[in-house]
Amino acid sequence: MKILVCISCVPDTTTKITFTDNNTEFNRSDVQFIINPYDEIALAKALELTENGNGSVTVIHVGTADAEPVIRKALAIGASEAIRVDAQPRDAYFVSKQIASAVEKEEFDMILCGRESSDYNGGQLASMIGEWLQIPAVCVIKSLDIQGDLAVMERQIESGKEIVETTFPFVASCSEGVAEPRIANMRGIMSARSKPLHVVEAEDVPRLQQFASFETPPARGQVKLIDADHPEELIDLLREAKVL
Amino acid sequence: MAVLVYIEHNEGRFQKPAFELVSFAKEIAIRLQTTLTAVITGALDPSELARPAAYGASKTVLVKGEQLDRFDTGTYAAAIAEVSASENAQVLVLPGSFSGNALASRLAVKLGAALVTDVTDLPEVSGNRLAVKKNVFSGKAFATIHTETGQAIFTLAPNTFQVIPREEKAEIVDMQAPATEIPRVRVREVVRESGKVPLPVAEIVVSGGRGMKGPENWGMLEELASLLGAATACSKPVSDAGWRPHSEHVGQTGITIAPNLYIAVGISGAIQHLAGVSSSRVIVVINKDPEAPFFKAADYGIIGDAFEVIPKLIKTLKERT
Repeated sequence: MKILVCISCVPDTTTKITFTDNNTEFNRSDVQFIINPYDEIALAKALELTENGNGSVTVIHVGTADAEPVIRKALAIGASEAIRVDAQPRDAYFVSKQIASAVEKEEFDMILCGRESSDYNGGQLASMIGEWLQIPAVCVIKSLDIQGDLAVMERQIESGKEIVETTFPFVASCSEGVAEPRIANMRGIMSARSKPLHVVEAEDVPRLQQFASFETPPARGQVKLIDADHPEELIDLLREAKVL
Repeated sequence: MAVLVYIEHNEGRFQKPAFELVSFAKEIAIRLQTTLTAVITGALDPSELARPAAYGASKTVLVKGEQLDRFDTGTYAAAIAEVSASENAQVLVLPGSFSGNALASRLAVKLGAALVTDVTDLPEVSGNRLAVKKNVFSGKAFATIHTETGQAIFTLAPNTFQVIPREEKAEIVDMQAPATEIPRVRVREVVRESGKVPLPVAEIVVSGGRGMKGPENWGMLEELASLLGAATACSKPVSDAGWRPHSEHVGQTGITIAPNLYIAVGISGAIQHLAGVSSSRVIVVINKDPEAPFFKAADYGIIGDAFEVIPKLIKTLKERT
């Protein structure tokens, strides 16, 4: 089985988010970048499915050379090779088209990614790839099993879950529960240095939209403390605030 | 020209988020000086058919076909794209649900349209361009995005827009679903957690952290939640420890929520957790540690032992109802 895992490179989860250039650009200085946590789940699942020589895992990233340490980390965790599409990743429409073009050159049985990136939170990639390639897309899965020539997944819905099945090839976006993220060991880190990382050129995609500006949410006022011996006062306050 | 709104139903019936969505789409139609068409797929209860008009739709298209019995992005997107073409839709509005976001993404590629998922406010119109806001960095910031093409798709984040009743009469049109080439995702089974308020759309959320000491102590949070009509949630350490399911984990790597009221019990307030709940309208923190960082991000706080405070709250609520 050949699996492609799409990885995005995001600020470490503890990062304090600030902006530059009159609030039009994310301030990348002093920011530690990591593999998007949901993509790590997708990578762990792909490695689990291809264990014991049962296939291979390729990771793909659309981004600049700055992301190479993060791509090497995915190789250290266990992917056998990597593709980097050399471009500034401007939105999901652009990124999904680059990935779809790479897949047209090399066939995969399964394409996995995270449910969304923790920076721009679009949650659009899997479905878009599905449409470019005209294959099934299953978004926000909680589990994935192979049963013969079918993939069986739990798909999240607001009120619970659906058990769904699809044929290969397909694309799916992973959330917590699909697999436990893995940590690179020393041998992985050593071998990652010599694994292939192919850099390919991006293709032109029309620009449909643009981030115009950013802002951070306004701070909340001073907290109003309520005496622990009289928590019933809280209920009065919440009723006054019309949230109960 | 029109605005098109795709509304979801639950086993044939609409729920409140559907009407929030129609109300939101109608406001966009007013801003663009055009009309609103609602599109519905699958087996809708006939008594529900007139309801989108009560929130501003002047036309309702019901797409029928066996292949629409259960949700699949490929077949649903093909159906909506066809309605979009026949209505010459300038803006398409879909729910910011798991299925709505997946569907909108397929549509964006199919139509070559701009797409912003989980928008939190009405778009500002200037000429051909629309400017919309959404949460980014998992709730740590907002972005304003400009569309730069003739057609735009927006999904609306849950709990961000109020229902606005209107008096329209809608023309009702039936349409047969188009055939598609893409293999379908087949739904074997739908498993609903009955009797629980779904967390992503809940207006009130009661959430517990490590301070609850163990899964056996969740009974009181569930009782409080049930008295308030709330959903239950938890912090990451709690779901990592297996005390609660991953689907209840709110925060940067779990789900981001924006309820009217978020009650955090025994949660210290790590930056990753705050990101996932910072859009809540009112935040209450109950924690015995006065130094818990969450108090700085809260509207109301009780410094006290949850095992004493929660039973008192439950008792008060029971007495007053």
